[in-house]
Amino acid sequence: MILTLFLGFLKIGFLGFGGGVAMLPVIFRYGREIAGLSQNAFDEMVALSQVTPGPLSINAATYIGYVSKGFGGALAATIGVVLPSFVLVIITSHFIETYKNSLIVKGALDGVRPIVVALMAVAAMLIGKGTLINGELIFYCITIGTMILSMKFKVSPIVIIIGAGIIGALWELNF
Amino acid sequence: MYFQLFWNFFKLGSFTIGGGMAMIPFIKDIVVEKEKWLTEDEMIDCLAISQGLPGVIAVNVATYIGYRLKGIKGAMVATLGVVMPSFFIIIALIKFLSELSDNVYIDGAIKAIKSAAAGLILVAAYGIGKSTLKSVSKVLIAFTSFALVGFVSINGLWAIVAGIIIGIGTSYYEKWRDR
Repeated sequence: MILTLFLGFLKIGFLGFGGGVAMLPVIFRYGREIAGLSQNAFDEMVALSQVTPGPLSINAATYIGYVSKGFGGALAATIGVVLPSFVLVIITSHFIETYKNSLIVKGALDGVRPIVVALMAVAAMLIGKGTLINGELIFYCITIGTMILSMKFKVSPIVIIIGAGIIGALWELNF
Repeated sequence: MYFQLFWNFFKLGSFTIGGGMAMIPFIKDIVVEKEKWLTEDEMIDCLAISQGLPGVIAVNVATYIGYRLKGIKGAMVATLGVVMPSFFIIIALIKFLSELSDNVYIDGAIKAIKSAAAGLILVAAYGIGKSTLKSVSKVLIAFTSFALVGFVSINGLWAIVAGIIIGIGTSYYEKWRDR
């Protein structure tokens, strides 16, 4: 059973191009088969993933593994989902290091850099969209305040994130 | 050195709320500016590779940097560090699941954190863009892919594939032209 969990999540780990959200339907189907996960429990897990650090697919693996087989299950599923990318990254990194002066690798890296900048801007937009559209003024202030603190005053991101979390929680007190 | 790797990625794993890209400001802060493990260009390459391969960006980044610095063992230590916080947090919170996601204070904190994360990513994108987008064609490519991925919902993976093809094509064209 633990081996089944491991193999199942190994397969999911191979599929997950481009991050967690694309993996969700596969993870849900698998969670239902292996752990009898209901739609409700799944929604709760996704909600929990939103409020805890860490990537969704890894959180889901830990969750489904734990629910179906305890700590060992959580470990097996988490290792399973991480392993494919772990191996692929090492192979790719090795390849790039070896051929880093070739025209192909140089050209590929040079061509992909502007795309990464664009994808970062998209990510900022998507994260902001959830909270800023129809959101309260306070969230706009936090986004703009963050940019000023980070650019002008070089405040560490960790300090900013902790500070933002405290402000957001206090704001709900409505005092 | 192994402990440094583990501890720094443990911190990265603990503060990444809102998806893999939310990690970039932290990577820039810790890996590039404080520890000087990678140059900014190398970090961008690392991000490109992490986006282009299956799996989660956070894990791919940890594996890549760990491997670059200390081989397979380094990759294992960094990956363990980045995964561990969420692993234990999920197991610890599993019993309080439904209460947690309905709690207004946590909801407020998370919304605020995501608003801050959006700002942090924008700042990082601006900084990286300034050093990367040095020609008109690169600016055009960046804006086109931003529009296509952000507004037409084309999968980011295709933008990466297109970037690779354009880049390889350009480098061969330049070699042919300069011959």
